[in-house]
Parts: sequence; C-alpha cells; structure tokens
Amino acid sequence: MKPVPFREVLEKKDFIVTVEVAPQKGTNTGKAISHINLLKDRVDALNVTDNQSSVMRYPSVGMCLLIKENGGEPVMQATCRDKNRLAIQADLLFASSRGINNVLCLTGDAIDVGDHTQAKPVFELDSVQLINLVNTLNSGKDMAGNELNGKTDFCIGASATPSSDPVEPQLLKFRKKVHQGISFVQTQAVYDIDELKRFIEYARKLDGGMKILAGIVPVISARMAEYMNANVPGIFVPDTLITELKNTPKGEGIKKGIEIAARFIRQIKDEKVCDGVHIMFIGREERIPEILEASGLWA
Amino acid sequence: MIVAERKPFEEIWNMISHYNRILVLGCGTCVTICWAGGEKEVGILASQLKIAGEKNNELIITESVPERQCEIEMIQELKDKEGNIDAILSMGCGAGVQTVAGIFTDIPVFPALNTTFLGMPEAEGLWVEMCSACGDCYLAYTGGICPVTRCGKGLLNGPCGGTRKGGKCEIDPEKDCAWVLIYRRLEKLSMLDLMEQYREPKNYRAVKRPGIIRATAR
Ligand code: SF4
Ligand code: SF4
Repeated sequence: MKPVPFREVLEKKDFIVTVEVAPQKGTNTGKAISHINLLKDRVDALNVTDNQSSVMRYPSVGMCLLIKENGGEPVMQATCRDKNRLAIQADLLFASSRGINNVLCLTGDAIDVGDHTQAKPVFELDSVQLINLVNTLNSGKDMAGNELNGKTDFCIGASATPSSDPVEPQLLKFRKKVHQGISFVQTQAVYDIDELKRFIEYARKLDGGMKILAGIVPVISARMAEYMNANVPGIFVPDTLITELKNTPKGEGIKKGIEIAARFIRQIKDEKVCDGVHIMFIGREERIPEILEASGLWA
Repeated sequence: MIVAERKPFEEIWNMISHYNRILVLGCGTCVTICWAGGEKEVGILASQLKIAGEKNNELIITESVPERQCEIEMIQELKDKEGNIDAILSMGCGAGVQTVAGIFTDIPVFPALNTTFLGMPEAEGLWVEMCSACGDCYLAYTGGICPVTRCGKGLLNGPCGGTRKGGKCEIDPEKDCAWVLIYRRLEKLSMLDLMEQYREPKNYRAVKRPGIIRATAR
C-alpha cells in the first residue's frame, strides 16, 4: 500500500496520528526497520529525530530513507545545532530528491545535554530562520538567492511549547514561526487538557491555517512525572496524574502510562480539541501499538 | 573588558619547568580588574614557581607588570631584558601574549591564562560575558541585551523551547534566559514590536577573521 503524502493527510484527515522514532547509534538498522514495519500502516507519518538530545546517532535523513524504502511516510526533523547553512540546505536538497517531503524545523537541544559535550554548537540559524529557509528552497531559490536546478516541495512543521513559564516570549516566537508559513505544529508533551485548549484557542486566532498535533509522552511513574516537572522545560504533569501513578501497583507503571495517554488522546479526539496527536515513546516504540489500540486509533 | 582565568598550575609548570630564567609578565588593565593577571596574581604565580622549582639552583624568576601588554610601545620598553631571560610566562590575555611574542622574537612566550570572554564585573568577584565581538551589533533590537552572546544558542528570533521555569536557560539553570530578559525589557520600554520583527540569518562574515581594521582618518 502506497502511503498517503502527509500534506494530503493534513488536508483531509479528521484526526491525524504521527509517532516519533529515533535512529540507533550505529549501523545496524534491524531494530529501526522492525519499528517502521510495526507502525507504518497504523499511523499517518513516522517522525525521525535528528541527533536527539544532542546524542550522536544514525542521521534523520537515513532513517527517513528506510521509512520510504519500507513503505512508510517520513517526517524528517531538522535542527540548527549541528550544521551551518550550506550543510542544512544540501541535506534538504538530498532529502527532497529522495522523496522525503516533510520536515519539522527545530532549534535543537543544547550540546551540553548530549554525549559529545565538547562539540562546537553551530546554531547558525534559528528555527524561525530555518522555516524561512525551507520556504525559500520550496520557491526554487537557495538562501543566497541563487536559482535551484530543481526545487524542493516540503510540507513544513514547527514545534510549540504551550506550558512554558513565562509563556509570552514562547508565544511570540511561535507567532513568528506561523508568519513564516508552516503546515503543521507539534506541541511539547502536554498532560493538562485546559492548558492544551488555551494554547489551541490562541493558535487558531493566528489563522496560519496549520494543523495542530498535541504532543503525547506517556509518563510511567510518579517519579518520572515529578522529575519532568522539576527538570524538563515546558512540561507540566498535573497532581491528579501523579497521584494516579502513585496508586499504581508496582510493575504496572508502563501499563498505567499507556492507559493515561490513551485516555487523553480519546478526550482530545472526542472533544475535537485539536487536529491530532504526535506520540513520543522513545525507547519503547514497540509498545506504541498498545497506546493506539487503547485510544481506539488502531484501525 | 577582556576576562581571563589562570590556567591550573600543573599545566603552567609543564610548559615552563625546563627553563631557568623566567619572566612572569602581567598586565595592568583588563586582567588586573578580573583578578587574573595583575600585580597580585603575578606575585602569587612567581612564588608558586619558586616553590615548585626550589631544587633548581639556576632558577631565576623575575616579575613585571606593564600597564598594557597589548601595546607594542609598552612591551618594547622591556626588550632589553631579552638577553637575561630564557622564557616569558605571560599573564596577559591572548592579545597580550601575542604582542609580547611579536617583540621577543628570540625566546618562547607561554600563556599562563585562558582568555575567556568580553564582559564586565557584575558583582565583587563575578564577571559575566556580554559581547562576542560579532561585528554587526544587534543591541538596538534587543533592548541592549546581546542575544548572540547571552543566549546559550545565540538565537536571533526569540527563545528556544528549552527555557526553564522562571525564565532560566536550558543550558544552565543558574543563568537567566537572555530572551526572557529581552522580552521583559522591551515590554517595559513598549518596544516589543522589535522582537516581533523577523530577524534575518546573521552575517557571520561581518568580520572577516582574522579581523583587521584600518583607520582612514583620525
Ligand atoms: S550583537 Fe552582541 S556580540 Fe555583536 S557586537 Fe553587539 S553586543 Fe557584541
Ligand atoms: S533558554 Fe533562552 S538563553 Fe538559553 S539557549 Fe534557550 S533561548 Fe537561549
């Protein structure tokens, strides 16, 4: 079955589901391919991280190719951390020439959180400029204004952080991304429906025409939730969820996390809060089908 | 001002231990203010060297602190010492070390400091980086707060998604997120429209490194 281009999915589908997949560190692609085959027909797109958490890995574009070869629809993440404008553009041209037509434009995590902490952080562009750049390549020109021999045709996405404190500077940056022209937005992981609704209401007013996918990361223990609240920027797990996790019998954390995530997804879908979800369960990709099943998305 | 920190003694000693007559050369300007290479620090390093080399009877440590190590005239005045020393240990910034090396052409010059940044003293004993000498100053758009330097990622269009609770930086929770500071300052000045504007990618070649400026008039 030929996958539906993500751009078409965004236009036509009522409830969009994407999942995040992370390439391995090394050349053995076996596990990546098994994740791809497990998920490709159940979701609208597989979204591949780019040296996620500043940990050096197999490249995003490489795993996107594997997804193409195995009959899935990839979204390539592109960050500004590791490449200057020449390298970013060259990568995008390559991806486009191989039928990878979706790109999620991100700033990228700090070098300091990764495994090559002495690397030179590039950040020559920021995410707003990266979105502008992809739109420029789509128009048939490069960043320096030169004519391209064959233009790109990317469907462009961006991220948003609805629960930042303070939130105003984040919203301002988000507006700038929208103004540059994006087709979809993925939020940072959200757990609080009211917070999500407030953000969606705000984003809709900007009238960028983009589809909004709520970020879903299952929390599998009260400890993880408390840790995330204290340390992970832009994440807020409400107390009620923490209590629910605390009352979960030992050994059933993952099951509980999946159940909570599925419940949240169902609520988003039933109440038509936004256009879909983006599920991130890195390291536990093989359990994503359980989330899909429990939320009624396993078609 | 230029801010620097002294290298660990062991590293310094490894560079210099096989020389006998060593001039420890400080600088009376920036590195004096940041407690790295002024008269006091020159004295401390000279004593450490004497202690470490106490078994070497031929070891002679001399000290000198010109007002500015990065001025040819001020270093030229010391040139007559060259015949009496085997090596110079400079406690100036990187520009100072190289100025000295350009004049003392017959003996090696070693750096005793790590030059770290352009900044200012924010409190007693606390120096913070303020400028990266990018050659294309943005401060007019950012309420006088440098995003190139004070944002951990040098972003130009607003904060990354990593800003921590209370407006702290993703990279270091001890530091403020520069973009939260910029936002608050521009808000206070009713100039937030400046942050709303799209900033083009930076010209990273505004200064063609190595930078040279030739005055056309004075
Ligand atoms: S923008 Fe920042 S780095 Fe560039 S000159 Fe101004 S203060 Fe210095
Ligand atoms: S948290 Fe703020 S200062 Fe730190 S890297 Fe992100 S935008 Fe820059």
